[in-house]
Amino acid sequence: MTGITSYGAYIPYYRLPRSVISKAWGRSGGRGEKAVANFDEDVISMSVAAGMDCLKGIDPKTVDALFMATTSAPYKERQNSTIVATALDIRRETRNADFTNCLRAGTTAILSAMDALNAGSAKSVMVTAADMRLGGAAGENEQAFGDGSAALLLGNERVAAEIEGSYTLSDDLVDNWRAHDDIFVRTWEERFGLDEGYRKIPVEAAAGVMKQCNLTPKDFAKACFYGPYTRRHGELGKAMGFEPTQIQDPLLDTVGNTGAALPLMILVAALEEATAGDRILLVSWGNGSDAIVLRVTEEIEKIRDRRGIKHHLQLMRTLDNYEKYLRWRGLVPMEPAARPEKSPTSMSSLWRESKIALPLYGVKCKKCGTPQLFLDMASTRARICVECRARDEFEPYRFADKKGKVATFSHDFLALSSDPPNTLTVVDFDGGGRGSFEMADRDPDECKVGMGVEMTFRKIFFSKGVHNYYWKCKPLRD
Amino acid sequence: MRGSIKDRVAIIGMGCTKFGERWEASADDLLVDAAYEAFEDAGIGPDDIQAAWVGTTGSGATGMMLSGPLRLQYIPITRVENACATASEAFRNGCYAVAAGIYDMVLTIGVEKLKDTGLSGLGGAQPNPSHVLSPEGTAPGSFALLATTYFARYGLSYEEGKHMIGRVSWKSHRNGALNPKAHFQREVSMEAILNAPMVAWPLGLFDCCGVSDGAAAAIITTPEIAKSMRKDPVYVKALQICAPPVDGNASTKYDYTHVESTVHAAQAAYEEAGIKNPREEISMAEVHDCFSITEAVTMEDLMFSPRGKVKDDIESGFFDLDGKLPVQPDGGLKCFGHPIGASGIRMIYEMYKQLQGKAGQRQIKDPKLGLTHNLGGFPAGCMIFAGIFGLPGV
Repeated sequence: MTGITSYGAYIPYYRLPRSVISKAWGRSGGRGEKAVANFDEDVISMSVAAGMDCLKGIDPKTVDALFMATTSAPYKERQNSTIVATALDIRRETRNADFTNCLRAGTTAILSAMDALNAGSAKSVMVTAADMRLGGAAGENEQAFGDGSAALLLGNERVAAEIEGSYTLSDDLVDNWRAHDDIFVRTWEERFGLDEGYRKIPVEAAAGVMKQCNLTPKDFAKACFYGPYTRRHGELGKAMGFEPTQIQDPLLDTVGNTGAALPLMILVAALEEATAGDRILLVSWGNGSDAIVLRVTEEIEKIRDRRGIKHHLQLMRTLDNYEKYLRWRGLVPMEPAARPEKSPTSMSSLWRESKIALPLYGVKCKKCGTPQLFLDMASTRARICVECRARDEFEPYRFADKKGKVATFSHDFLALSSDPPNTLTVVDFDGGGRGSFEMADRDPDECKVGMGVEMTFRKIFFSKGVHNYYWKCKPLRD
Repeated sequence: MRGSIKDRVAIIGMGCTKFGERWEASADDLLVDAAYEAFEDAGIGPDDIQAAWVGTTGSGATGMMLSGPLRLQYIPITRVENACATASEAFRNGCYAVAAGIYDMVLTIGVEKLKDTGLSGLGGAQPNPSHVLSPEGTAPGSFALLATTYFARYGLSYEEGKHMIGRVSWKSHRNGALNPKAHFQREVSMEAILNAPMVAWPLGLFDCCGVSDGAAAAIITTPEIAKSMRKDPVYVKALQICAPPVDGNASTKYDYTHVESTVHAAQAAYEEAGIKNPREEISMAEVHDCFSITEAVTMEDLMFSPRGKVKDDIESGFFDLDGKLPVQPDGGLKCFGHPIGASGIRMIYEMYKQLQGKAGQRQIKDPKLGLTHNLGGFPAGCMIFAGIFGLPGV
């Protein structure tokens, strides 16, 4: 039996009330809020965050493939999923793939994972889905789109939600699109997309899978499906034959439309509440529909300790500042910072260091037992023990999953940052070891010597076409 | 065997340009001006120089950056670099060459031209292309880490801590106001210091030294020649430089309330000079006050003040020009700014003038021993130079 063996999710810390966007453009109203990734986040960093949540208590070395779904990949040529897999400490002998260019990419990745598992070519496949789409300023899409991610682990053993069946329709009905150079999503007249697309094709796919599995809407505890706006989402549930109580909240008023990630995020929220025996319908939309039937097992009780959707919804801070949002998205030309320009990233240096640095490995001295990071100007690989000075007597020691405490910090108004001041910290890790990191998602006033922090994978800068990823710390809030 | 430099070499001439935003001056201009002031002070000419050491972090390269502008004729010249301690390092190398008996007339000089980058802060130097993963940081951001931890460890409220470091800058501005070579030559009120914009919390604008252009030079010879050439040569009593294992960001043993290299360099310098009680025996000091908090913790690291107690000495005026142990009598980096490759010899220049009784309005009464402290790097790992200079027989 093939299905979901673990789940995780990530919602960025900042939430922009839609009324704040409306107000900026001289309008009133605006329902709910949307999750907004910080300036140093993108679909790669959010996929890592959801992946870490999903892998809680699971050895990343047991994962055989990582399928990353998104329509907002930072690279057109360079495998985005392998950056995510490296940061998650997944092995090199994996068949990673980017699933992209379609809002259905998340469910397509799930079905491809299922096929790989059924074919016996993998035992454990991680699917991540993250999106961070942009709507033009003052438009409907800007109001609607939010940022977020989900991750699922699929396998054949200890399955928490078995895949009972699936049904796919591919249909080049275009309601939204982006061409090669588009920054913003383009949208055709809404009524066309609704009448011929969204109100028909997902219904057809849902009916198809139910027929295949001999099920009716009454057999489902929850229906999880994509929706562009709250009202349209509700209409679709009715058209599929579900009662309002069966429809899983689509997160549109709290997180926003997270594109390819949305169906999977809604599914994770449903799994958090599900009990053994529950049947869940998952339906995506985007140039067709995938409909998947899942049946929850008792194993679900063993993976309850994820932050998932529920907990991430509470880990939030209101971003009451539309200008800051524009700055984070690079939508306003800013006065250039009075700092020396970053030199172009060396690909050979990146290659040499990132195998250690991307999964945030340090070392532990075999002689004196001291865990340690080595973050020199030009290397992240320790050769001589910082305490006992033994040479090359180390075993690998990963810091990414360790919590720590702030030894000292400063708030630097001079340093380059799109969320000034730049908070520089020195972190002492629980269990030993120290490192210097920027702090993300912090309120400067909350910073104190001794405060608890955890590690978060972020984009540290972009220069000459290269996105540089590394770790920062962020306040421990739970 | 570890020898001592004490009284084995003497300074017979020094030069120091006006420091500041020298828009009209190139690094070559600054080198020529500093060197010729030193030649004149020593009563020699360029052809008397047998070897030279020139320090800069980014305003030139090779010995030719000095031999070219001065048209020095085929003598050995080495360009040295040790971050912000570069000039001290050039000076130290020149002293050792004389002490070794290889040369008996050496020029040491440091220069930096910082104001051609278009940036108000430090700039120009490109980061290492291998350096792709470290956190974004600036000098004020890195030194502010000391203040955060110092305040927390010794129970200072933010207001108490800010006042303590503000008083450091207040004192230096008073001294700088008396110095025609300083970049900033005016007093600044405590109110202005405490209310200045933040640069890197908790450091405000007046907690940071300026960015300026400048050069300073010293002529070094043997004690015998020095005595024959002038009645008031200044003797080198100690020269120490120390490189740490750069472990402050990796080992939890480092407490971020002091600079470990300074402790090592100071201990070695005191031993070399035969000083038992620095608080009593040192007459004056020029230290590396890149930021006010750096000067504060340096007072403890140099053993001028007991651990955790520097606030008492700062607030009581112990380090003021009329205090028991004047620090930054020339105004320090605070008022001179910090042309990186020049500052170390600028510090020695003030000690030299004070020991000769030629410091004008800033003259300290009967100084016997002066100390310079020059820091290159960041609190978690930095090069530290500590030098002691004095009159004969002290």
